[in-house]
Amino acid sequence: MIFRLVFENVRHRPVRTLLSILLIAVPVTLILALIGLSNGFLEDSRKRSAGVGADIIFKAPGGSLMTFSTGALPQKITDVLLTEPHVVQATGTLVQPIGGFDSINGIDIDAFGKMSGGFTYVEGHGFRTPDDVLIDTWYAQQRKVHAGSKINLLNRDWNVAGIVEPGKLAHLFAPLAAMQDILGSTGKVSQVFLKLDDPKNAEAVVASLKAKYDGYGIWSITEMQSLISVDSIPLLKNFINVILGIGVIIGFAVVSLSMYMAVLQRTREIGILKSMGATKGFIMSLILAEAFVLGLGGTIAGILFSFAAKWAMHAVAPASLPQAIVYSWWPIAGGVAMGAALLGAVYPGMMAVRQDPIEALAHE
Amino acid sequence: MNRQNRGEMPDPIIKVRNLRKVYQTGRVSVEALRGVNLDVPLGEFLSIVGPSGSGKSTLFHIVGGMTPPSSGEVWVGGRDLSVVGDSGRTELRRTTVGFVFQKFNLLPNLTARDNIRTALHISGRPTDVFDQEFLDILDLLGIAGRLDHKPSEMSGGEQQRVAIARALATHPAILLADEPTGNLDSANSLAVLTLLRDLNERLGQTILMITHNDEAAQYGHRIVHMRDGVIVETSRPAGR
Repeated sequence: MIFRLVFENVRHRPVRTLLSILLIAVPVTLILALIGLSNGFLEDSRKRSAGVGADIIFKAPGGSLMTFSTGALPQKITDVLLTEPHVVQATGTLVQPIGGFDSINGIDIDAFGKMSGGFTYVEGHGFRTPDDVLIDTWYAQQRKVHAGSKINLLNRDWNVAGIVEPGKLAHLFAPLAAMQDILGSTGKVSQVFLKLDDPKNAEAVVASLKAKYDGYGIWSITEMQSLISVDSIPLLKNFINVILGIGVIIGFAVVSLSMYMAVLQRTREIGILKSMGATKGFIMSLILAEAFVLGLGGTIAGILFSFAAKWAMHAVAPASLPQAIVYSWWPIAGGVAMGAALLGAVYPGMMAVRQDPIEALAHE
Repeated sequence: MNRQNRGEMPDPIIKVRNLRKVYQTGRVSVEALRGVNLDVPLGEFLSIVGPSGSGKSTLFHIVGGMTPPSSGEVWVGGRDLSVVGDSGRTELRRTTVGFVFQKFNLLPNLTARDNIRTALHISGRPTDVFDQEFLDILDLLGIAGRLDHKPSEMSGGEQQRVAIARALATHPAILLADEPTGNLDSANSLAVLTLLRDLNERLGQTILMITHNDEAAQYGHRIVHMRDGVIVETSRPAGR
């Protein structure tokens, strides 16, 4: 019967119900989109790291997995590392962030191609001049460019020599020498990728290198992939917690306001229920049940909106904003919305419970 | 046949002794009831009449457990309302009294059937099936075919009959009617008053009705006249 009462109440005022659900959906969408973006970005990073074909990544002392120190390693170290046992290929790359999560990677295209299996060209060809860049299909879609187009990066016009399939290290590539020249990092690289004779030797080689190069950032690609998480991106977890907090506040405020209005609008109905002998618990359970329904509706709407957000981000910036749908966060986002909704209904519920039945019945 | 018709002296189901009620509005005290004494036997149809401010509504609300007395004794269905708290008065409303109001006060979003089922649910009774006694009441009220309509789809007379049905669904010992014909035209007023009298005579339903209308008051067994917070006269209607 409570369900019937609640259902008829939410149905009777569709605009209020719809607006409440939409507003509760906002924090759910925010949370799911942010988590989706974080996970999508990390998943994309993992795939692109694997696409290099290397077994070990080598960085300068103090280097972390998700940050880059442009030109922190001498390029000559590549040749030195090639002499290590089991190392059969080595290639250095120079990474320069260009805004947001994007970066341009200077590569030795022959060495990089040999390690990664080479690029698959959708349009155009490889580097022919120092002004050539290669971009993957996602970035090409995002920037709406084709082979032969001009693109401005690092305050310089580049010629898009080729469009390649995504999944290898980065979305943008330039000749290593050209990048070193632009960045004033002649003879320097950001990181070195090593390929071994057998991937099973990775842990042993990492241990050997760590003993020899104390303080350097040295990880097997397998270990690196397992370490790429929300925790590895500075402040991301804090940011997520802030968004969760905002979600709780929005959900609380929206439901509190909505239920406050509902209680005011239904003063007379509450009086009628009280005249029939409805207990305080019954009245409170009605208000909470309605908040639960609004919270549930907001959660479902928020989940649907997160799909819409994914579609929108993929359409606008498939390379920079790769959003994943993270199912494991649905109950968390839903819990935040429902918890906030129920919390927001407590005060209006108390108001309803305390109403004097005679005054409530006299309410017009 | 009810007890009164069998000629027995019924016990008072409502017993009021020296009842006083004072409303405090800021620094101003208003004495709405100033020492009311009243006995209502089981099975009686009692009309209470009086001008605005006479205290009849206050008496009605206290007897119905809507507000506590300031002093005095109020026994309703064996319960002393001068000592019970809010939960005790809530229980009284749930188990012992049923209300009919001037403005019908049906839940507007629900059908007549769901209005009745809500009352049953609150009283802790089964809501899926109506018992035979209640089905007889529905027949008497003539609304069995209107149960799936919402209040907005009904006439005032129909709404008031649904309100009576809802009030009686839990088989309360006392039906409290507050100006039940106040919002009805003369034809529907006559129909509702006739129904109340039928419910009293055929089912022995105790009814306490407050009204401004002298004609309506004549449907009771006894008429209590109130003025300035006290009962000033008790009379018998002509022809009863």
